[in-house]
Amino acid sequence: MRRAVRGLLGLAGLLALGEVVGRSGLAPEGYLPPTSVVLTRLVELLGDQSFVLDVVATVLAWAIALGIAVAVAVPLGLLLGSVPVLRHGTRAVVEFLRPIPSVALIPLAIVVFGMGPDTKIFLAVYAAVWPILFNTIYAMDEVDPLLVDTARSFGLNRGQVLARVVLPNAAPFVATGIRLSASIALILVVSVELLAGAGAGIGKFILEASSGSGRMDLVFAGTLVAGVLGYLVNAGFEGLQRKLFAWSATTGEVPQ
Amino acid sequence: MPTMLEVTDLGHRYAAKDGVYTAIDGLSFTVGSGELVCIVGPSGCGKSTLLRSVSGLLRPTTGQVRLHGNLVSGVPADLAVVFQDYSRSLFPWLSVQRNVEFPLRRALGRAERRERARQALEQVGLTGAAGKYPWQLSGGMQQRVAIARALAYRPALLLMDEPFASVDAQTRFELEDLLLRVRREQDTTVLLVTHDIDESVYLGDRVLVLSKSPARVVADLTVDLPAERDQITTRESERFVAMRAEVARLLHSPPAEVAAPARERAGAVVGE
Repeated sequence: MRRAVRGLLGLAGLLALGEVVGRSGLAPEGYLPPTSVVLTRLVELLGDQSFVLDVVATVLAWAIALGIAVAVAVPLGLLLGSVPVLRHGTRAVVEFLRPIPSVALIPLAIVVFGMGPDTKIFLAVYAAVWPILFNTIYAMDEVDPLLVDTARSFGLNRGQVLARVVLPNAAPFVATGIRLSASIALILVVSVELLAGAGAGIGKFILEASSGSGRMDLVFAGTLVAGVLGYLVNAGFEGLQRKLFAWSATTGEVPQ
Repeated sequence: MPTMLEVTDLGHRYAAKDGVYTAIDGLSFTVGSGELVCIVGPSGCGKSTLLRSVSGLLRPTTGQVRLHGNLVSGVPADLAVVFQDYSRSLFPWLSVQRNVEFPLRRALGRAERRERARQALEQVGLTGAAGKYPWQLSGGMQQRVAIARALAYRPALLLMDEPFASVDAQTRFELEDLLLRVRREQDTTVLLVTHDIDESVYLGDRVLVLSKSPARVVADLTVDLPAERDQITTRESERFVAMRAEVARLLHSPPAEVAAPARERAGAVVGE
């Protein structure tokens, strides 16, 4: 509770600072709008249908991208994690592809997918695949050999050990990968909207507000919405993880 | 008494950096149906290798294991193992109840599994803990869960690998008496590995004394204590004290005539 209060105090401090700096005249008129103006714009925007559609477009693209990334990376990770030959054989390819920044692939993606939402979804998938893939592969190694021996001693065969021991044991690691990727996918969706333009989306909204009219109050309001979305995504996944995998996260207070 | 387990000339070698390491060599012994046999040996003598070979988790290099007459290759269906490290052998994502039901999933329906687990948890005095998770329990309670899981499986042979080595002394006494009680109730055959001389005499109908690595059986002693044992009176009895001294002596300096079996032995490390 106290931590939450301290967090809120910090946030309030930041907003107050924004207000003071905005009104101080340190920056030229309109460059740094005070907090109160930004928040007023934000409230107005939430009632504006076209802005809400932009937010929906971003969230939808994010959800689709994360879904595809999970559907690709989890099975692939399980496969590479359980077949060492495949894992070693693909290592060079993976190590080449992984460090490529997704935004560097924007021109390629536009050529292949055009200017529609497919482009941002593809690039978000590309970036989101890696944390899930690596966590899943790693998770397959993390199983305690004694747990496997225990299962085997009760007569479970390889497939049953995989299904009833290795996979449940891997689940919290995979979930961590998905949580990391959820944030990354959101960053990518907004970035691509901003850099490459898009039919709709928070990034497109920010781009238009800044380029044409130079409305920095709208830019900040849009940025704030993106930030809140990112916070909610991370907090939501964290809460889910704590609930589902209490057995893994806890240090376990042992009653004597 | 019919023979439950027959181990013949069992040997296991590992490839090591400087040649081949022989963990166990030419081990032979039998365990009768319903017996509780303790294996005691110096630390690092290959006791765990022996247990893993008997359980079918490890394929021995030489010799064979027979469980009620059938040659063991792979893990036999009616065998359960309780390991020393309870914290690593219970499934942390399963409740106590589900852990105990774990080995029953393939053979039994849901209602039957529940009932078996309930009985086993009652036997080990954990009825109230069925819904908890292993990490919410003390070490002694966790090992009770592991024992309950093995009992619920109703194995013909229960293998125990230093099951009480990681709990405090008081808990250890409780668990020893628990084991003696449940094996009587369930008439289970038990093969228990320990490095604790007192424990081997206190629990065993027989004590097999192993040599240093590569492990061989240097003595097969029948424990002629009354079946009913008590942590205080049994341990202070003259017979108990004499037996534990005998086992200690055998461990310390194995008799030469037993140490030289028919076949010639190489040292612990055999060069290639």
